[in-house]
Amino acid sequence: MDLSDSPEEATFRRTVRAWLGANVPRRTRHDALLPEPERVTRAKAWQRRVYDAGWLALAWPHEYGGQGADVVRQTIVNEEWVRARAPQLIGGMGIQMVGPTLIAHGTEAQRRRLLPKILTAEEIWCQGYSEPGAGSDLASLRTRAELCDDQFVVNGQKIWTSNAQFADWMFCLVRTDPEAPKHRGISYLLVDMHTPGITVRPLVQMTGDPGFNEVFFEDVRVPRANLVGQLHDGWTVANATLFHERNMLSSTTRTQQLFQRLVRRAQRHQRGGRPASEDAVVRQRLAGLAIRVETMRLEAYRQLTDTIRGRRPGINASVNKLVGCELNHDIARAALEILGDYAWLAKEDDRAADGGLWPIDFMFALGLIIGGGTAQVQKNIIAERGLGMPREVRPAPVAAVPGAAAPGPPAVPGTPGGAA
Amino acid sequence: MIDFGLSDDQAALQRAARELLAAECPPALVRETGASADGVPRGLCRTIAAQGWLGVLVPERLGGSGLGTLELALLCEELGRVAAPGPFLATQLVIAALVRAGSAAQRTAWLPRLVAGEAVGTLAHLEESDRHDAGGVALRARKARGGWVLSGRKCFVPEAQAADLLLVAARSRAGSGERGVSLFLVERGTAGVRVVPRRTMDPTRRTGELVLDEVAVPAGALLGAEGETWPLLERLCDLACVAIAADSLGGAQRVLEMAVDYSRVRHQFGRPIGSFQAIKHIAAEMVADVEPARSLVWWSAWTQDARPKEAARAASMAKASLGDVYSRTARRSVEIHGGIGFTWEFDLQLWFKRAHASELAFGDPVWHRERVARLDGY
Repeated sequence: MDLSDSPEEATFRRTVRAWLGANVPRRTRHDALLPEPERVTRAKAWQRRVYDAGWLALAWPHEYGGQGADVVRQTIVNEEWVRARAPQLIGGMGIQMVGPTLIAHGTEAQRRRLLPKILTAEEIWCQGYSEPGAGSDLASLRTRAELCDDQFVVNGQKIWTSNAQFADWMFCLVRTDPEAPKHRGISYLLVDMHTPGITVRPLVQMTGDPGFNEVFFEDVRVPRANLVGQLHDGWTVANATLFHERNMLSSTTRTQQLFQRLVRRAQRHQRGGRPASEDAVVRQRLAGLAIRVETMRLEAYRQLTDTIRGRRPGINASVNKLVGCELNHDIARAALEILGDYAWLAKEDDRAADGGLWPIDFMFALGLIIGGGTAQVQKNIIAERGLGMPREVRPAPVAAVPGAAAPGPPAVPGTPGGAA
Repeated sequence: MIDFGLSDDQAALQRAARELLAAECPPALVRETGASADGVPRGLCRTIAAQGWLGVLVPERLGGSGLGTLELALLCEELGRVAAPGPFLATQLVIAALVRAGSAAQRTAWLPRLVAGEAVGTLAHLEESDRHDAGGVALRARKARGGWVLSGRKCFVPEAQAADLLLVAARSRAGSGERGVSLFLVERGTAGVRVVPRRTMDPTRRTGELVLDEVAVPAGALLGAEGETWPLLERLCDLACVAIAADSLGGAQRVLEMAVDYSRVRHQFGRPIGSFQAIKHIAAEMVADVEPARSLVWWSAWTQDARPKEAARAASMAKASLGDVYSRTARRSVEIHGGIGFTWEFDLQLWFKRAHASELAFGDPVWHRERVARLDGY
């Protein structure tokens, strides 16, 4: 067991730290509080600077815009990110979800065309998974793609599509074989969001922000070259992406930053005539959260070590997602408790603490307990695949599309959903 | 460098311990020991001594195996897995004290016997106040006739009834702060020493009081510098916290496995109860508690040797967290078992009770969280 930097790593860390010290933007308002066009523009510019400095995708190969370094360097960068309170990156779904998926499953042409622009933030990605009738039971999705010559013609609807309002690309699950059992007739497509026939309709989130959308497809033509993996075998690729998504949503970097912000607020906010951080109950809350944050940081090291040693990750991503998202929510909840009457002042009110960020964090964190596979879906995965507990007795499967033949056995290993 | 995992040797040590204890420490032995006079499973103790487990913290030049706290934690995890009774941890604390601060004469006199399992040691640091800070050490030690005279009462002394050698925290100067705390090695047979066994809810461990009535000990009984051993005592308590956290990890893992196994064979409504989401979700919550906790335990053990500045914080974090995790996991396991889990005959009660005793020993979660808050500078 060893967590100390080698001399080269120590030098690297100093370089990253110095760069962040000189380049992290001084912010009067947290990015999440900025109006959307400005937020997106600034966030893209920030990611570009980070990329140009060489701190992005350290473990990706050179030919796709990465640094060809090891995951330890990436971890050092992440640690310094926390320390410098540096802003998160807007291209997260590209960098952390579709990027690794394309490196593993994409064609060489797809990688060379798409990966570099993910890193430079020239192209932002969104995820086309959920549909009105396919939430936890994702594999029952009905958006149809028919192969005509060398093009797919896509018709249907996606929902809860975060960032679709400004995304350039979507990685999308479509039904290509309605006759097959529901997990076996799905394909994974890369869709240019500027293609004719795509309509994006914003859905306003509980927080009041236009974070996600409905996306409608009407005879949208997608080149066959944009298929990832085998035709009808998109479920395998989809699961690879889901694995990365769970880990992204439980990013310990973000959680550590959130917790730092909580401690600073507790030290400044007066409660009962003294700083809240001197209150015995508040101290219990803070220390309890500190322990959970530290535990997840260490757990990430353990999992990273397992990866380096070539072990399979098993159900780690589901545990991370379940625990990490709940932890983020509890951190925000603790802030609300500390702030008392000030807690629920809106961001438009100039008396709101930290610009009114905490109620937004609190609600947003609840959204992420649901998104990316609900907590209940993760628990099913942990129990069934991790512990080998018996699968639910399921009702006869519903046909994927009207008029389809009754599908075969529904219980295919690798279900991200499961009945919840 | 990020290498946050066990070495092959460490993994092999843990595996061997697991296999040995599965054979040597079945629940029947735990029950039998619980009903015995002194709570010492002699056969198991001999086996443990023969394996050299008591010497993991002892350098090779002093007759040990020269391993570290992480190895000790792995062994404690396996002992916790089988809810092993006996004075293993109590003796380790005295061994650690001797290794860290013992004089040559003290080491010569006691280390070989303790490491060989021929003598049992324990730490007596708490008193009736149940205070875990330096203010809790009030028992008086006064200089007399070239030695010391100790008078007072120590409480919650682990395995006191079996101890041959007691490491007693006493106050050798006026005051109640960290200065003035001294440690003395007191032999059980010394005139004026009396042990009063206490009854606890945990059938797998013993605790007792130590009454010292004008007990005269020689100057050579003083361990470390007079009045300056609070930092050493704190480090010993941190070690105990790490060991108990590791024990709790093993216990929590075991009660989780018991619940999952039971849910597969118990049928209701014509199917195994483990196929109901109500049961699966409880089991998944147990996994989400226990798996990440393993990283915390490893880290807390590793810091004791590798990162002394982080050791206290890590020990408190592990102790607070695993106290909660073990008790919560045991409770969930009882729930999954239903009525049978509430019976005396079913073995789960042994782990349930050990979980709650572990949560309280060497500082409960509330105490350790406050310590974390203080160390983190809130």
